[in-house]
Amino acid sequence: MDGSASALDEPRNIDQGLSRSDRVFVTSARSVGVFVFVLVAAIGLFLGYQALPTLHHYGFRFFTETQWVPERNIVGLAAVLLGTVEVALIALAVGFPLALFTALFVSEYAPARVRTACVSLIDLMAAVPSIIYGLWGFFLLQPRAMLVARFLAQHFSFIPFFRVDTDPNAAAWAQSKFTASAFIAGLAVSMMVIPLAAAIMRGVFAQAPLGEREAAKALGATRWGVIKTVVLPFGRRGIIGGTMLALGRALGETIAVALIISPAFEIKWHVLSVGTATVSALIAGRFGEATHAQLSALLAAGFVLFAMTLGVNTVAAVFVNRSRSGEGSEI
Amino acid sequence: MTVVDLDRPRPVSTRTFDDYAALGGAAVGSLATVWLLYSRVFATQGALGFIVCWYVGFIALYAAVSAFTQPRVTVVDRAISAVVHGGAAVVGIALATTIGYVFVKGWPALHHLNFYTQDMGGVRPTAPLTQGGVRHAVVGSAIEVGLAVVMAMPLGVATAVYMAEVGGRLSNAVRTVIEAMTALPDILAGLFVYTVLIIGLHWERTGLAASIALAVTMLPVVARSAEVVLKVVPSGLREASLALGASKWQTTTGVVLPTARSGLATSLIIGIARITGETAPLLIVSGASTFFNTNPTHDPMNSLPLYIFTAVRSGETNFVARGYGAAAFLVLLVLGLFALTRVLARGRLESK
Amino acid sequence: MTSTLLDPPVEATAPAPFAEASHLEARAVSAWYAGHKVLARVSLTMPGNSVTALIGPSGCGKSTFLRILNRMHETTPGAQMAGEVLLDGEDIYAAGRRVNDTRRRIGMVFQKPNPFPAMSIGDNVVAGLKLTGARLKRSERDAVIQRCLSRAGLWNEVKDRLDRAGSSLSGGQQQRLCIARSLAVDPDVLLMDEPCSALDPTSTLRIEETIHELAATMTIVIVTHNMQQAARVSDSCAFFLATEGNPGVIVEYGTTDQVFHAPVDPRTNDYVNGRFG
Repeated sequence: MDGSASALDEPRNIDQGLSRSDRVFVTSARSVGVFVFVLVAAIGLFLGYQALPTLHHYGFRFFTETQWVPERNIVGLAAVLLGTVEVALIALAVGFPLALFTALFVSEYAPARVRTACVSLIDLMAAVPSIIYGLWGFFLLQPRAMLVARFLAQHFSFIPFFRVDTDPNAAAWAQSKFTASAFIAGLAVSMMVIPLAAAIMRGVFAQAPLGEREAAKALGATRWGVIKTVVLPFGRRGIIGGTMLALGRALGETIAVALIISPAFEIKWHVLSVGTATVSALIAGRFGEATHAQLSALLAAGFVLFAMTLGVNTVAAVFVNRSRSGEGSEI
Repeated sequence: MTVVDLDRPRPVSTRTFDDYAALGGAAVGSLATVWLLYSRVFATQGALGFIVCWYVGFIALYAAVSAFTQPRVTVVDRAISAVVHGGAAVVGIALATTIGYVFVKGWPALHHLNFYTQDMGGVRPTAPLTQGGVRHAVVGSAIEVGLAVVMAMPLGVATAVYMAEVGGRLSNAVRTVIEAMTALPDILAGLFVYTVLIIGLHWERTGLAASIALAVTMLPVVARSAEVVLKVVPSGLREASLALGASKWQTTTGVVLPTARSGLATSLIIGIARITGETAPLLIVSGASTFFNTNPTHDPMNSLPLYIFTAVRSGETNFVARGYGAAAFLVLLVLGLFALTRVLARGRLESK
Repeated sequence: MTSTLLDPPVEATAPAPFAEASHLEARAVSAWYAGHKVLARVSLTMPGNSVTALIGPSGCGKSTFLRILNRMHETTPGAQMAGEVLLDGEDIYAAGRRVNDTRRRIGMVFQKPNPFPAMSIGDNVVAGLKLTGARLKRSERDAVIQRCLSRAGLWNEVKDRLDRAGSSLSGGQQQRLCIARSLAVDPDVLLMDEPCSALDPTSTLRIEETIHELAATMTIVIVTHNMQQAARVSDSCAFFLATEGNPGVIVEYGTTDQVFHAPVDPRTNDYVNGRFG
């Protein structure tokens, strides 16, 4: 009697009793999953593994060396990493406010008839291939952005970033010194990150609860009052998540940067000045003539870039998923 | 006394005459002031600078004018409204000029029929636009994208089915790894294929190698978006099917996949649009050939993005024009695929 | 003084109002949602210093009418209105009137309590003042918070935790917080859209006491499904009805006593005696 009483207080182990076809299904699905897991993990591990021959060959100087001169077998990541970060930060500095304004416009200011069209336009902007933005950046934007760069160098050179080592006030100013810079590359890359960030932000803003919006309106708030009190606090994590995602994209952008910049390997803080280098442009430019060891070095550089974008994307996912609006949304 | 029809809705506006007057007055006032300062006093150059100055002046004047008659909240609201509209306008103009520029510069090449029917085999880059074309690049793109889709799509959907329908702790690990791989910069996919296949296994730089690089880029994206589509299928449908006695396999193939069909189609088309425009991996893995090649396993194969890249960097006027023509073609292709997804989505909504 | 569906619309007036508080008057108000007419030429005078209840079965346009009174109706896409709403004799829909000024003067408490979750209790109370541009010194702010929370009957319960988040309160407390928030901007009229329908009976009773106290200094219009509540709380009642396929109208209006105990229209009689609704 005691035995049966205690058996009823424990949960039963239920045999799923799957039919044969289901067992086949589950097994094959699982094997596909494992296969993809192994494949994808192998790619990541392979890239990481390349760090070993690189460190073996070049030592830790790989991270402090700025020059990349394959003929003399001098390779180093320092300048390249700095350039990558500079271009990405410029893209973010220009892109974040524009993306925020665009998202606010579509979600709060646009008339209802126009709204769906605007949402489609944002998606359209994301769909345009990056090489097209590279063309736009190089041929259309650069001549005009050059003038903006010169303006900044003339009037804001008390900020070290804006200095250029030529005289911007000269009548015949050296135009070529203001081209092919991190600044212009950053502007082109911003075009790619704006739709990404704007789409996420807009999606978050659209979910701001109607009850709170009405409460603010009923108190006599203006449109900006509603945005400041309800929409922005609600969307805070989505804004951060969208921006982090944009940063990840900007770090990895290759083609637009490759088309615009002129490679220069030095630790350079003057973003308006000609010449910079990013990891992806480096790989695109140097893979052909790379020796075996240098190829490993390129792969190691790629791995560092991957680690950066992965880190940034993971942080972004945390922000978007933890926000009130994040449940069920995908980045 | 005006007769008001009480049975018709009355127009209700949240804007007052003061709103419009302040807006118009500030715009014109700023224009006049900036024009005066710009051209007469400071003599600076550049249309872009003029517009920027005008806009800043406009916002300042708009806020100042409002401050005379409106409470602070209204002034702030108006100023911010002007800034937000301006930001959105900048983005809209940038997008419009991007697409417009490519078409304008590509038109000289686009309107020749030979552009679509010929390739560059035997045609020098400097040859006039009545010779040569992008046929090889278009076909090359089609083959490479097609092969990539054949490799990545079934694998991606199967993985999504595994993650969404079978589940379990291992599937969480798979999902984590897949999400991590969406962060992989596309050029690294190319470098990986280059190192393993071309250097390691001594393959040639063929269309197949390029397809593999594209498939590596496409796989995580397809798996992720397909999983989302499958998860959106209401669980009530699965439960109803199981309650009728169907097996998991039958439920998946008979209920879940058909319900998710248009969502999967949309993911597929978006994936195709994305990799059609991929250039970075092709730079490394593909060779920019000039002749027509339909064999992906032998000899290099050109593709639209690669053609554009080599053309616009060449510096030869006619070749550059062809590059722009190819770019315009690529944009049309991507826009067309994009419009297709919108049509599919609307069809899905209407059939509900 | 009643009007039926068949009679031409007659403007309803109430027993002689006090001269002090603002009085709100709706004249021939009609409403549409996406072309579909939901209210037909409703006229009503809501006198100052009293509580007017809008009663009737669900779906007959009471909430729509209420939202027209403070220009919230137009925030719904596809919503339109006709007629006039006069606050102290001036049409709030006249061109040139700032809509957010109107909404500050005619406040609203919603069915579902909606305190701002990102703000503390104290910040919630003065949120309306900040949104309408008032600048408060620290001492003024604290005085306003205490005054409004006391009027709303919440001060004793939260005075020690004004820094906690607004969403940490129970449903009834949240609703009283929303009432305090509406009071802080010093409105002339307070509209309440079924404020107790999401609350338990104890909270309901507390809020009804609050309404009673507030009526001494302002005009209150309350929509309620609960007839007993209307009988307890209001000075006058308007009975709304919308028959099959027709827009809503006011069938009968008068003092609460009269509407509940001596209704003129048989439909009113049926409704207040629970035969439908």
